[in-house]
Amino acid sequence: MRMSLKEKSVFYVLLIVSAILIIFPIFYTLSISLMSQEEIMSNKIFPSKLNFQNYIDVFSIVPLLTFVKNSLIVSGLITVAKLLTSAMAAYAFSFLKFKGRSIIFMIFISTMLIPGEVLIVPNFLTVQQLDWINDIKGLTIPFFASTFGIFLLRQHFLTVPTDLKDAAQIEGVGHWGFLIKIVVPYCRSGLIALSLFEFISSWNMYLWPLLVTNSDRVRTVQIGIKALQTQEVLNNWGIIMAGVVIIMLPSIIIIIFGQKYFQQGLTQGAVK
Amino acid sequence: MQSFMRRTSDIRMAMVCLLPAIIIFTIFTFYPLFRAIYLSFFLTNLKGQASLFVGWENYSYLFSSPVFWNSMKVTSLFVLYTVPVSMAIGIFLALLANEQLAGRGIFRVLFSTTKVISGGISAIIWLFLFNPSVGFINNIINKLGIENIPWLTSSEWALISVAISTIWMNIGFAFIIYLGGLQGVDTSLYESASIDGCGYLKRLTNITIPLISPTTFFLSTVMLINAFQSFAQVDLMTSGGPNDSTNLLGYEIYREAFVNYQFGSASAMSLVLFVILLLVAFLQFKISESKVHYQ
Repeated sequence: MRMSLKEKSVFYVLLIVSAILIIFPIFYTLSISLMSQEEIMSNKIFPSKLNFQNYIDVFSIVPLLTFVKNSLIVSGLITVAKLLTSAMAAYAFSFLKFKGRSIIFMIFISTMLIPGEVLIVPNFLTVQQLDWINDIKGLTIPFFASTFGIFLLRQHFLTVPTDLKDAAQIEGVGHWGFLIKIVVPYCRSGLIALSLFEFISSWNMYLWPLLVTNSDRVRTVQIGIKALQTQEVLNNWGIIMAGVVIIMLPSIIIIIFGQKYFQQGLTQGAVK
Repeated sequence: MQSFMRRTSDIRMAMVCLLPAIIIFTIFTFYPLFRAIYLSFFLTNLKGQASLFVGWENYSYLFSSPVFWNSMKVTSLFVLYTVPVSMAIGIFLALLANEQLAGRGIFRVLFSTTKVISGGISAIIWLFLFNPSVGFINNIINKLGIENIPWLTSSEWALISVAISTIWMNIGFAFIIYLGGLQGVDTSLYESASIDGCGYLKRLTNITIPLISPTTFFLSTVMLINAFQSFAQVDLMTSGGPNDSTNLLGYEIYREAFVNYQFGSASAMSLVLFVILLLVAFLQFKISESKVHYQ
């Protein structure tokens, strides 16, 4: 459809105003993190000069480096494990014929209906009994499988042309060979989408790490936010915001470079 | 013979492929579901072990508890505040960013951004914006000659403040899902409509909105479920207060279990939440069957 210049300008004005309103809280956070205490108190919007002192101080006030390291390990492990278990299960649901396939698939999908609140108390008790409190096992293993991941990858795997499957059969390539050499490269955008999504989800976990850890040694970044919040009483907002910027940086980088994958993954996993 | 060989190799492969997911789901999804049901009929000791069978007492205690009904009321209000507004903003932005305009890719990234912001981060950012002395919002309001609004310290405003931070977070998700929905709309319908001389708004209400109704249905269900489970914002911004005015059901379950150590009644409450969500999902499904337009 052709748009007149007038229509175009209306759209651009609306786009720009919306973008400013939505991004303002993030921009302002960055701005505050670069200000001195006096500047924050005088309600400035832009820092008069870039002051990185808050970024140095925040590391001495909370063990942020440990939190970031822990979160990288936890999110990395969960992402890799989910990718493996989801790809394998999705392979079974898309390429293999066996009795009970649709029933098992329905049972898997139905778990999406169970709210996290129902599971959190018994899972906490399980983790406690297993002696996994303050342990990376308790932070990660309960999340090693994902219905969303299985569902999303199955949608992608079903798009692999049957010719490829037949060719693989004739060539005598086994199941694993077919999965690794053909399906995975063919469906890489789905796999990338899933990994980005799961990495951010684990990076952003709040309640579960709060419950299963009570030592800074194993705590993750979102709990670091709670630790930073105690600075609020001291009105150390510059330091708090420096911490916030560091903690949201990986997510922001992922959305800037991976928006397309993210969008594709979410819509395909969701709408269909 | 060959097909029989294939069959058995398929079954063996399927077992290997499904095993890891089945183990994890059994231990951390199915077993806890039944354990929650079991626990809801017991009083528990501090270790969370069922110690005394009480039948339906945990449930009857809930339904006579003013704290529970307050949480139900607060949660319903929270859903009403957050879900429609997030969806309206989401569709508005998606419509803008779906037009054939240069640079729309940049806007798509900007509008998606809040999807990746965690509840904790959003809470802290808005705690600052709502801050009574240095916060941006009260400053602006003061400049307009209006007195400070007690955003987080009064029971009239606290839920609205938590809702605002939640809406901001939800916008990214609503935008992404709606944009996906719009991209699935058959554009040839627009062309015939513009030949017929339909204006933009008429096209929107007569073609676009009915065609993306499955997306609207999906989003409203997911957002409703998320609203019931909002936790980090409440924990960091208000801790459920003042006077329980932001004590959402998800937060009350947490308090009952991990502050009061009443795992039995916390489980009962979580199962009531489960039943409510199932009912709502079923209702929405029924409504959508008659109203939603599938292409």
